[in-house]
Amino acid sequence: MKIKKITAEKIKDAIKDACLSIQYRYSPKMEETLKEYMGKEESGLAKNILKILLENSDVASENRLPMCQDTGMIVVRMTIGQEVQIVDGSLKDAVNQGVREAYDVGYLRKSIISDPIFDRKNTKDNTPAILYTDIVDGDEIVIEVAAKGFGSENMSALKMCKPSEGLNGVRQFVLDTVKNAGPNACPPLIVGVGVGGTVDYAAVIAKKALFREIGEENPDERYANLEKELLLEINELGIGPQGLGGKTTALAVFIEHYPTHIASMPVVVNINCHMARHTKVVLK
Amino acid sequence: MIQISTPLKQEELNQLQAGDLVFISGTVYTARDAAHKRMIEDLNNKGSLPFDIRNQILYYVGPSPTPPGQNFGSAGPTTAGRMDVYTPTLLDLGLKMIIGKGYRNDTVKQSLLKNQAVYLVAIGGAGAMLGKCVKNSEIIAYEELGPEAIYKLEVENFPVIVCWDTQGNDAYIQ
Repeated sequence: MKIKKITAEKIKDAIKDACLSIQYRYSPKMEETLKEYMGKEESGLAKNILKILLENSDVASENRLPMCQDTGMIVVRMTIGQEVQIVDGSLKDAVNQGVREAYDVGYLRKSIISDPIFDRKNTKDNTPAILYTDIVDGDEIVIEVAAKGFGSENMSALKMCKPSEGLNGVRQFVLDTVKNAGPNACPPLIVGVGVGGTVDYAAVIAKKALFREIGEENPDERYANLEKELLLEINELGIGPQGLGGKTTALAVFIEHYPTHIASMPVVVNINCHMARHTKVVLK
Repeated sequence: MIQISTPLKQEELNQLQAGDLVFISGTVYTARDAAHKRMIEDLNNKGSLPFDIRNQILYYVGPSPTPPGQNFGSAGPTTAGRMDVYTPTLLDLGLKMIIGKGYRNDTVKQSLLKNQAVYLVAIGGAGAMLGKCVKNSEIIAYEELGPEAIYKLEVENFPVIVCWDTQGNDAYIQ
């Protein structure tokens, strides 16, 4: 087996570019989806709000202003091939340095505080990032980067469902969480759901779900159908853009699942707003 | 098109209806979580706020930094409910208009009614457009809080939607 060397510098640059590439314009798929929903809205106010959101993306890219002032906490999912060796620096430092440089040169808001209870002092460079690593076969590094806003993160929720609650338990919890989020999470939303695993792992896969692009379905047909059904049910709630009424409450529901214990059915609903800022890069 | 300019006039505020789209021009002060905490501490310790809040507009925002060549950074609303615990005190001191996003609790709604003040919402996720409505900005307090400092802004045609009017109508209730 030949060891492939990838420098920490290369990882740092990839993280920096990724952080900057997602802040100033919707993804083409998001733009297309918002336009499609705008066409379906009957309420004048709902239509207008979606129109303003699309215009905001244009204004942001023309002026190089971030689309939203909450430029998020950076979450990195890194899949490292076991034939790769990272050289000339440490992985964690490279990730945080990439974030630091992007938030500086991009005039992005630094929103991270050093301690959640006692100090709450801004670290002034938007670090640290949240970093998940996974070691797999292969000789490349796949880096996925998201800038997660917290208006929506705050409206996320966990429930350790009883196995007897079954499919309807999951369905009801997702709907209740979206209802409870109402206008606070800045609808239209992307809804990430993690079912199974442990209390922590359900949250990890709910976040993983938010890295999907609109249109990507769960490969298991039963889950893919549940995603479609839940999206329709959410959009029948009438919450609408910004919670001011309408048909466009969510643009996608993504469900990830994992084996779990005989005693439980953990469910985490991780809410994202329409910014849905995430991207993927492969280092070879 | 409904236009509101500062200084605010009570009779104009009384005419606003939940659901109305309104364009604001004039002076707006910013404050979010940390600034609210500090303002209440200042009131308790010194007996005063860093600015005269009577008849003013308070906007819940933590802007992104201003890039070269721009008047201001991205500046959309932050979730208002986190300020609920502090809001009635500020309304009792004469605050007349609040701009944010999301639900308020009943205590805040009753305090708004009692003080004949209004709660309006700006569009969450339209930060770049809202930032472009800011023509001038100045930090007037708590500079060390970075994006959470209190700014005095001059805005032009800043779009907001009336959420809770002086009659107690709520745009969020279908």
